[in-house]
Formats: sequence, C-alpha cells, structure tokens
Amino acid sequence: MTVKQIVVLGGGVGGTLVANLLAGQLTRKQAQITLIDRIGKHVYQPGWLYVPFGGPPPERWERSERSLLRRSVDLIIGDAVRIDPHERYVEMADGTQIPFDYLVIATGARLEPSAVPGYGEGAYHFYSAEAALRLHAALREFSGGRIVIGVADIPYKCPPAPLEFTFLLEDELRKRGLREKTEITYLSPIGRVFTIESVSQFVTPLMEERGIQYELFFNTEQIDPVNRTISSLEGTTIPYDLLVLVPPHRGATIISESGLGDAQGWLPTDRETLQHKQFPYIYGVGDATDLPVSKSGAAAHFEAKVIAHRIAGEIKGKPSEERYQGQVMCFLETGYGQATQLVFDYTHPPHPPKPSAYYHYEKALLNRAYWHLIPTGIV
Amino acid sequence: MTSPNVVIDKEIDARGSHCPGPMMELIRGIKSVPVGSVVAVLSSDPGSAKDIPIWVQKAGHEFIGAFPEQGFTRFVVRKMR
Repeated sequence: MTVKQIVVLGGGVGGTLVANLLAGQLTRKQAQITLIDRIGKHVYQPGWLYVPFGGPPPERWERSERSLLRRSVDLIIGDAVRIDPHERYVEMADGTQIPFDYLVIATGARLEPSAVPGYGEGAYHFYSAEAALRLHAALREFSGGRIVIGVADIPYKCPPAPLEFTFLLEDELRKRGLREKTEITYLSPIGRVFTIESVSQFVTPLMEERGIQYELFFNTEQIDPVNRTISSLEGTTIPYDLLVLVPPHRGATIISESGLGDAQGWLPTDRETLQHKQFPYIYGVGDATDLPVSKSGAAAHFEAKVIAHRIAGEIKGKPSEERYQGQVMCFLETGYGQATQLVFDYTHPPHPPKPSAYYHYEKALLNRAYWHLIPTGIV
Repeated sequence: MTSPNVVIDKEIDARGSHCPGPMMELIRGIKSVPVGSVVAVLSSDPGSAKDIPIWVQKAGHEFIGAFPEQGFTRFVVRKMR
C-alpha cells in the first residue's frame, strides 16, 4: 500500500483540526499529512471582539501553529500560490510543488475594505488585530456623538459579531457616562437586523429596549470621510462621528487564481460531503466554502470532523457515510455581563434562550479553554 | 402571466441558496449592470417572495414580477437608477 499524501491548506480552526484528527486516525504508513500555513501562527479570531473595549491584547489570542499540531503532521510555513487540481499539487511562491492525493482547503476569508470607496479613511472595524487596536484607540478618544455600526456585505465572518459589538458598546458607553450623549445606529443590508429570522426576532426587541436604532436594507455604496457620511445603494445617507463597518469579505486569492472558486472566490462545496463540486478529492472547510452556514470557527469545527472521517475511511478502505448537517453552536454577547447561545443546523433554526450571565461565562470559558479543547479534537 | 414579457439582460441562478442569499445575489447583479437593464434571479427560497419586492421598492427599481416555475421562482427587476 502506498502512503497517501494529504495536504491541508491553512492553519485556522478547520485546517488544524482536520490535520490533527487525520493524524489520530491514520498511521504514518497509511498517510503523510502536511499542513501549509502562510505565517505559522494560529489566531483565535473571536478574541478580537474584546480588544476595542480594552480586553486582552491581540497577542493573547495567538499561538504558534507548530505547538498545536500533532507531531506526525508536517508543517510548511510559506505562501501557497496555486493549486493544480488535475495534476494534484500545490505550488509554493518559491516554485516548490507539494503533491497531494487529498487536499483540504482551509484558507479562510480575506477582507477587502477597498471594495467600498472611502473605507480606508472613513471606517473602523475589529476583524484583524491591527484594526481592533485602532478601534480601541478611537473609542478611548470618543466623547459622544453618532456611532454607526454596520455590515458592508454578506457573507462575513462570525455573523453575530457586529451585533455583539453593538451591545457591548452600548453597555460600555453607559458605564463611561456617555450613553445619553451618543446615538447608536445599526445598519443591516437585508430586511431585518440578522440573517436568521429567529435570531432577528430575539435581538430586535433588545435593541429597541436599549435605544439602539436600526436601518434596514442598507447596502453600503460609499463612505464620505470628509463629511462623515455613509450612503447606501438604496439612496439613504447617514451621518456619523464614528463608523464601525464590517468590511466586505472574499475568498482567498489562491482559490480564484486556481479557477476553483465562484465569482467572490468561495469554494463550491457539497453541503453534506464537503467535497469540491468538481473535484471529489478536494475538500473545503470553514470560511473558504460557499456553504449556506455561518462563516465561523464553530461551523469549521463540526465540518472538520466529517472531512477527517471521510478521508480516513476512504484510505482505510472503509468509506464513511458521515455527512455534515449544517451544525453550528456559538454564543452571542448581549452586554451587561450576559449572553445567549445559538445552536442550529440546516433544518433546525436556533431558539436563543433568555440572555444570562451563565452563557457569558460559558463563552469566556471557551475563549480560555479553546487552545486545549478545539484544535486537539478533545471536543 | 407565467413568464416575463421583457428581455432579460442578466440572469442569476441562486437556487439552493437560502435567504437572504438570493436577495444579496440580486443586489450584486443590479450593481453590475447599467441603468435600464433587466435582471432576473432564480430562487427556491420562500423568503425571497417577501424580501425581494420590498428591497426593490426601497431601492427605487421596478419590480416586473415573480414568475413561478417548477420548484423555483424567477424574480425580474429593472434597474431604474
């Protein structure tokens, strides 16, 4: 039996977990597992939400990728620039070719703020370590006025995050005595404040109770950083003093440049088997895919288990029938030391429980225990 | 009327995409064509019947109609501005 080459592209939640699970299910005689990561650093992105409010600094949410991988997984740190799905190899920036029998694409999502004219000078966000620190500095200086929070495009990572940010901000401003001097407006591109209807019905009354205004069907067209306004495709213009806008997201450039993605660079992925729709030996996990689920570590976590079972089963000659059913489990901070929980799949929408301190602490616990529990596959 | 009596300039197949997927696809489609063009989006999501006409009205475009087919609906919109 020849040793199968499994290459995992990307060392985020999904990629790291797939690699570790495969290493646990296959021997070195059955497969050689190689993970390629651009920077060799694993980042727990949910931690960025707390940075603007003076939470732990971004370094606290980073670990070396090597320290999280099982010893039998080879790690290559470098830029992968192209995938040849026919000849089955990944080409690195230095020209090296890494051959594969199976490829798992876990390249995540890329931010493209430049897709919105005026974004660079006019808006803040918390979707990278640097941006979250900049927003922290801006909030520290803020002394009242109009804060506008929104989403430039769908899909984007961690769908509840901008709502969580809004609730945490409202709470923070109240504590600082600035709430009465601040108008908060939330912009949503669709006809409700959140994509999932049941969550929207849950969140909207909370926003109303706290005097948070919202503008629906607001699809950002441009920002005017001089006059401090944001305008929509629908013809609405809103003034702001501080604008927090989740930038447009796109798939990784390697996907588009290898001809493997759709127009936005997302990987066309079978919603249950997680195989690429054209190349069954290529799998997609997490944010890189076009799956109709949250772009979140939570979704990637469930998907990784299915992919590892399916690849390992095939190599061992015992094909796995395991399928991904759209499972996601995450928390939504609602401010005032409380949170709720969202548990759902393709056929069962979430029914968020009443916000409580319990879910807030559970989220805080997960944030701390993540390193020990998730990339290792313990849970 | 079961089919639109207009020439469709751009048609987007968003079948299998869940709410608000088809509406966002329509918005992307509208952004990419000149004023006066007719854009159609195919949706199998029941939520589109509510979302798409409201968005079209809010955005100031013309809603030509929703045309049911086998297992999906074709929503046809003219870009007005």
